[in-house]
Amino acid sequence: MCGIAGILHRDGAGAVGAEMTKMLQAMKHRGADSTGYALYGQPSDSIVMRFKLAEANGPRGFEFSERLERHRNEVDSRLQKIGASVQRIEGETEYAYRAEIRYDGDLKALADYVEDVPGCEILSLGKSLEIIKDLGDAETVAHQYGLGQFSGTHAIGHVRMATESDVDISGAHPYWAYPFADVAVVHNGQLTNYHHWSRRLERGGHRFQSECDSEIIAVYLAQKMAEGIPLETAMKMSLDDLDGVFTYMVVTSDSLGVAKDEMAAKPLVLFESDDLVALASEETAIRAVLPQEIDTYDPYEREVLVWTR
Amino acid sequence: MDAVTAPTAMGGRRAYDARGLVEPTVETPKVSEIDGDRAVFDAANLSTRQINRELRWLLYEEKISDVTVNNSGAKHSLAVAILRRCRLTINGSLGYFGLGLIDGPEVVVNGRVGWSVCENMMSGTVVIQKNAGSTTGAALRGGDLVVKGSVGARTGIDQKGGLILVGGNGGANCGFMMQRGVQVYCGDIGPGLGDSMYDGRIFVAGSVTSLGVDCIEAEMDAADEEYLDRKFGLYGMERPDVFRKFVCGRKLWNYDNLEPGERKLVL
Repeated sequence: MCGIAGILHRDGAGAVGAEMTKMLQAMKHRGADSTGYALYGQPSDSIVMRFKLAEANGPRGFEFSERLERHRNEVDSRLQKIGASVQRIEGETEYAYRAEIRYDGDLKALADYVEDVPGCEILSLGKSLEIIKDLGDAETVAHQYGLGQFSGTHAIGHVRMATESDVDISGAHPYWAYPFADVAVVHNGQLTNYHHWSRRLERGGHRFQSECDSEIIAVYLAQKMAEGIPLETAMKMSLDDLDGVFTYMVVTSDSLGVAKDEMAAKPLVLFESDDLVALASEETAIRAVLPQEIDTYDPYEREVLVWTR
Repeated sequence: MDAVTAPTAMGGRRAYDARGLVEPTVETPKVSEIDGDRAVFDAANLSTRQINRELRWLLYEEKISDVTVNNSGAKHSLAVAILRRCRLTINGSLGYFGLGLIDGPEVVVNGRVGWSVCENMMSGTVVIQKNAGSTTGAALRGGDLVVKGSVGARTGIDQKGGLILVGGNGGANCGFMMQRGVQVYCGDIGPGLGDSMYDGRIFVAGSVTSLGVDCIEAEMDAADEEYLDRKFGLYGMERPDVFRKFVCGRKLWNYDNLEPGERKLVL
C-alpha cells in the first residue's frame, strides 16, 4: 500500500523532522517495513553526503565492524583523492553515515568513485538535502537518527509496505535523483514499464541501487533535467512515459511537486494555506501536524502541481 | 486472544491482538453528555473503535435518536453499519470508509470525507458540507448521498441504486460499471464518464472531458427535470439551469442479454 507525505513552509523554516515524523507515524498502517525522509535544511556552502556501507538486516559475518571501518576509511580516502575537502564523517548508525564535504567538481564522478567502495550506496548528495531511511516505523527511524531536532524548509517522506522488492534500505524511499544535488522522490504505486525504462536509462549512464520500480521516477526526472527540461515539464512528460498507477512527490532545493497518473488510482489529500503546504496519502497525516478543522481536497487525474518557496 | 501494546504518536499505548487487529479489547468510553433523546460527545481523544462503540452504545442500548460527534479528526471507518433511523451530526472530517453499510440514518458531516464514504449504503440521507475523496458512494444501494463540494475519481462505481448529488466537480471514471440509480454533478466531470455502465442516469451541468465505453448522451425528459427540481429543493441547493443526461448505450454485455437461468446466477 505505502504512504507518502510532504510539507513545505512557504516562508521561513520549521521543525520539519518532527513534523514529518508525526505525519508518517499517523500512516504507519499503510506500511511499517521501512520509513524514509528527504529533509531540506538551510542551504550551506558544504555538501552533505548521506551514505551507507551495509544493509540494516544484511548478513554480518566475521569481522563485520572491521570491514565497515576499512570501507569507511576508503570512502574518506577516495573523497580526498577526487578533490573533496572532508570536514567530517559521522556514523549515525552502525552502517549509515553523514559526511560534510566541500567540493566544486562533477558530482557524478564523485558519486561513481565513492560508490565503487564495496557495499557503499550514496543515499543523498546536496547542499540542503538529507535523505534518511531505515527499517521500521517513523518513530523508530526518527529516534535512531535524531530527527526530532531537524529544522528546515520542506520535506517529503514515505512509509513502505514492500511488494515489488526486498525489505531493505536500498528498497526504501525516498530516492535521490542521482547524480543531481538536492533532488529526491517518493512514490506510492506500481510502474509496469519498469524494465523498459531501467534499460533505457542505464544505457544513458545512470545507475540503479535497488530493484524497486520507484527508483525509475527519480532517475527519469534526473535524465530530463540533464537535458535542460524544467522540473514541472519533466513531471508532465512522465504522465505519458510512465505506465502504471502512481502518485509521486519530488523535491528540489526550493520546490515541492506532486504528480498523479491518469486513473488517479492512488490517494492524495492536499492542504494549502498562505504559509504552509501539506499533502499526504491520508488526511490523518495532515491532521497530525494541523489538528484543527481544515479545508482539504484531492487533486485529480493527470494533475501536476509544483510549489516553489 | 492475547493483546500486546505499542506506543502511539500521542504518547499513549495502543493494543493489538495476535492478528494485528488494533484495540481488540477496547471498552465503550461512555463519555457522552445525554439530554433526553439527544447526546453529544467529543471524539478528539478517542480511537476509531472507541468512537464506534460509543455510537453503538448510544443508538442501540440507550436508544438515543439524535447524536452529535465533535472533532472526528479525519479518522477512518467512523459511524459504519448503523442500521436504524436516527440523526447523526459529525462536526469534523472523516477519513476513509466512513458511514459504510448504513441503513436508515440522516447524517450531516460538517467537514470533508476521504475515500469510499457511504460504501454500500442501503438507505437514509447523508449530506457532506465540503469535498469528498475518490470512490464516493461505491456500490451505493439506496438513499441520498449529497456532497456540496467536489468528489474524486470513480464516484458511484458499481452503484446499484439511490442518488449521488455533487455540488462541484467529479474526477475520472465516475459512474464506472454503474448498475442503477442517479448521479448528478453541478460542475465539470473528468474523463471516462459512465464507463461500462449497465443502467442508471447521470446528469452533468458542466463540461464532460470524455465519455467511457458504452456511455451515451440521451434526451432530458419531463420526469428528469421534475426529479432534479425535487432533489435540489429537498437539500436547499441552487440548481443549474441546464443539465445533460447520460445513460448506457447497451452495446456491451448487459444483464438483459442473459438467459433467465444465467440471470439468476448473476443476481
